[in-house]
Formats: sequence, structure tokens, C-alpha cells
Amino acid sequence: MAQFWQQVVSGLASGGIYASLALALVIVYRSSGVINFAQGEMATFATFLAWTFLHHGISFWPAFALTLAVAFAGGVALERVVIRPVEGRPVLTVVILTIGLLILINGATQWIWGGAVRKFPSPFSTRPIHVGSAAFSIQDIGIVGVCLVAVALLTLFFRFTKLGLGLRAAAVNPEESRLVGVRVGWMLALGWGLSAALGAVSGMMVAPVVFLDPNMMQGILLYAFAAAVLGGLESPVGAVVGGLALGVLLNLLGTYFSTFGGEMRPTGLFGRTAVRRV
Amino acid sequence: MSRRLALNTAGFVVAALVVAVLPRFISSYHALEWANVGIYFVALLGLNVLTGYSGQVSLGHGAFMAIGGYTSAILIAHHGVHDVWTIPLAGLVAGGAGLAFGLPALRLTGLYLALATFAVAVAFPALARKFERFTGGNAGLVLTLHTNDWLYYLSWSIAGAGLLLGWLVLATPIGRSFRALRDSEVAAISSGISPALYKTLAFGISSFYAGIAGSLVAISTAYVNPQTFPITLSLFLVVGLAVGGLGSLPGSVVGAILIQFLPTYAAHVSKQAPQVIEGAILVGVMLLLPGGAAGLFRLVQSSRQP
Repeated sequence: MAQFWQQVVSGLASGGIYASLALALVIVYRSSGVINFAQGEMATFATFLAWTFLHHGISFWPAFALTLAVAFAGGVALERVVIRPVEGRPVLTVVILTIGLLILINGATQWIWGGAVRKFPSPFSTRPIHVGSAAFSIQDIGIVGVCLVAVALLTLFFRFTKLGLGLRAAAVNPEESRLVGVRVGWMLALGWGLSAALGAVSGMMVAPVVFLDPNMMQGILLYAFAAAVLGGLESPVGAVVGGLALGVLLNLLGTYFSTFGGEMRPTGLFGRTAVRRV
Repeated sequence: MSRRLALNTAGFVVAALVVAVLPRFISSYHALEWANVGIYFVALLGLNVLTGYSGQVSLGHGAFMAIGGYTSAILIAHHGVHDVWTIPLAGLVAGGAGLAFGLPALRLTGLYLALATFAVAVAFPALARKFERFTGGNAGLVLTLHTNDWLYYLSWSIAGAGLLLGWLVLATPIGRSFRALRDSEVAAISSGISPALYKTLAFGISSFYAGIAGSLVAISTAYVNPQTFPITLSLFLVVGLAVGGLGSLPGSVVGAILIQFLPTYAAHVSKQAPQVIEGAILVGVMLLLPGGAAGLFRLVQSSRQP
């Protein structure tokens, strides 16, 4: 039983990472009806930026905040420059465009920082804390905490601020929102900025665990897609619940069924969930 | 209509002649590069049938190429079948896999289908490593080498046949149904077109092409391992498709040339540059010229006519 709880908690840690990236996908999807295939690469890029800040002697949490700010600005800029001109075009055009961004940003990351795998410092120690016979790692608990705090802050923002209300209005009914004075175009840009920042959170949380390399988010993006689809692409709560559930489920399956060999999961689980939703 | 047919025929014959004599003027190394262009052309033809004509997005065609490539490699390496005979078999196996994948994918529209195919492409290398007994795992399978000229003529004769076959299929009521489904699914259904049948069929045909292209990749590199068909291959195919032009089979040649030569030329700038340039081109094309090269051609043509 102790092992079970240990696996649940470490599953929640990876689940928190999937959840924040999934939520980033959902925010963009709700505001502009686009799946951003470049979301993972944007997160990787932001994490490399964080690495550079840390490398220049800034300590972890200030670097964390600075990265979020830069990621936010980058997300807004991307929407303004690249996504806005194709608004209203067929889905295929926009999908191909975000794939272009995926290739571009991945290439840029490798160009700037090189392809080498780097160590990324963790703000939490890996020391275990013992509860009964179970041992939980502080890092796991910290990751869950940071991801949940990010999600909670975002929820509060959407719920209780005027700007958040404008964002929701723009997503639900752009035409009428425009009539009552919501600047819908900027709301979309804001949505991209927020998801870029949220993606950066997931990147900085996962980097100490999987090490920092230019392709680190590709697998995680796939799980985030699965989580978003599992929870319903339209639903932010669904994305978070889906992400956490997926993390725990995968971890338990990996522990108790060794035949479920780590790498084979994506299609099976993913394909099934995707089919069920539509 | 018959004037267009005559123009198309003339264009095809001229192109075929150019392709036939080209190896006399270029080195053997360049012949191999152009053989690869032919291979990418085959894959893009298939992808165009799926995306350009029936309106379904696939980000996982590299995986169907991999199925074809491994089919050929296993038949050649384990069963001693002659290379050339494995090509149609590879096409059929990949086509069958495509049909099977097309069935559940029917219920997925637009974005969801893109996601599901993306997952297939990401998972395939892991699957290939998993079934080590057949695929040779990371070490891969080693095949027999061929001369570059032979590979050139092999891939381009198949590309030519593929182009003709594509034209034929798209000229029949099947092709018309594909286009009807692409342009308006509701209207197509109300005129009696079964979306299930034709969408699956489009997936099957396009995977058949991908399988043949994959088989050609295996034969021309004389080696397959999981890294032969990376996820970037699937993405570059989409780039080539978009640049060549959705819904234009001959336009795919431009896309194929881009996929083959851009990395080599961009590598002169910097080792990591190709990807950045490729991404920038894709973004630029989608922003400025959504019709790709074929769209540009049409634009020029229509501006010249009064």
C-alpha cells in the first residue's frame, strides 16, 4: 500500500506537468479554435532562457519569474505577428502554421544553445519525507504544488478580474463581446501570452527531472494533448483533471504491469481517448 | 476540358523526357539526391490525395512510410525476396494499415485527426524498437546496395506511374467524391456520398503511396533503423505538401525538391540552420501564399489572361 501511495504522488507530479501544458493548449484552443502544436517547443525555449538566467547567477525564483514575464511577452508577440494574419482561414492552414512554428522554434533552440543535454537545477531537494512506511520525494510534492498554484492563480484571474471576464467573453462570443467594448483581438493575444507563461512553468518543472534538451517537451506535449482531449478540449477544469489523472494512471500502469512498457503507451491510450471524445 | 488534358499530357511527356535524360548530365552522387526527390514526390502524391483532395490532415505519414520501409526490409533481409518485388507488397501492407487506421479515424475531424496521426508518428520509432526480433531494434536491418543510376530510374518510374495513377483515380467519381467531402461534408452526404467509405479509402490510397515511398527509402539507403523515419520526416512532408500546393499533384515536385535540397544548402549557413529556415519557409508560405507553388502558378496564369 505504501508503494501505491508513493506511485500516486509521483504520478501526480508528472500529472501536474501534463496538466499545466494541457491547460495552456486549452486556453489557446478556446480563444482562437487552434491547437498550438508549437506549445511544447515554446515551453522548451522558455526553459532554455531560464537556464541562461540561472547561468548568469540569478537565483532560481527570480529567474523563474523573469522567464514567465519573457514567455508571456513572447506569446503575445507570436499571436500578433503570426497567428493574427491567418485568423478565419481554414483549420488546415493554421495547423500547418503552428507546425511551422514547432519546427522553427525547435531549430532556433538548437541553434542558440546547441543540442547537448544539460542539467537544470531543481528548486526542491530530492530528499524523501516519510509518512508511515511511504516515502515521498519533496521534489514531487513541490512540482505538484507549483503547477497547482499556477492553475489556481489563473482560475482566480479568469473568475474575478475584469480582464479575465473579457477573455472568457471573447472566447464564448467574439461578435457580441466586440459590441460591448471588449477588445477581442488583444484578448486572443493575451490568451497566447498566458498559455506561453503556463507552458514555461511546465517546462521549468520538468527540466530538473528529464534534463534539459531541445526535444524534451515533445513526448510531454503528446501526453498534454491526450490530457486535453481526455478532459475535453473546451474545458480548462477538464484539462487539469485529465492531466493529473493521466499522470497517476500511467505511473500505476507502469508500476503494476511491466508489459505496458513505457514507450508504448502514447498511441494506445491516446487513440482511445481521442475516439471517445468526438 | 480536352485542351487541358492535351496540355497535361504534353507537360507529362516533356517532364518524363527531362527526367529520363537528366542522369547523363549530372554526377552519380547527384543522381542519388534526385532519386530521393522522386521518393519524396511519391510520398507527397499520397499525402496530397489525403489532405489536398479529401481534406483530412495527417501529421503521421512518416509512420506509414516506416511500415512500408520495414515491410520491404524484413522481406529482403529475412526472407530473401528480391527488392523490386517487395515494393508493391510494402504499398499493400501500408495501405492496409492505413485502411485500418482510417476506420477509427473516421470519427475524428480536423484537429483530432491531426492529433491522432501525430501520436502515431511519435510512437512508431518506439514500436520498432519494441519488436526487435523482426525489426532488428536500434541496430536495424542491412540490405543490398544498388547503383545510384538504377535507384534514380527506379524511383522516378514509380513516381511517374504514381502520378498517372493519382490523376486517374482523381478523375473518376471516387476523386469527385473526395473533393465533395472536402468542400462540404453535409452537401456530399445529402447527395448520397458515404463519408465513411470515401474517407477510409482516401486514407488507404494515401498510405499505399506512403508505403511505396518508404520501401524505396529502405532500398535506396540499403539500411533501416528506427531513426530512418523520425518524427521530423512526417513534419517535413507536411512542409513539402504546403509549399508544393494543396490539391495539385504536379506541384508536389516542388515540395519534394525542397525537402531534399533545403537541408543541404541551408547547412552551408550553419549546422542548425536548416530547421530554422524550413520552419520560417513554412510559416512564410502559410502567411503569404497559402496555395503554395501551384497557387503561385495559377496566380500568374490567371493574371496573364485578360
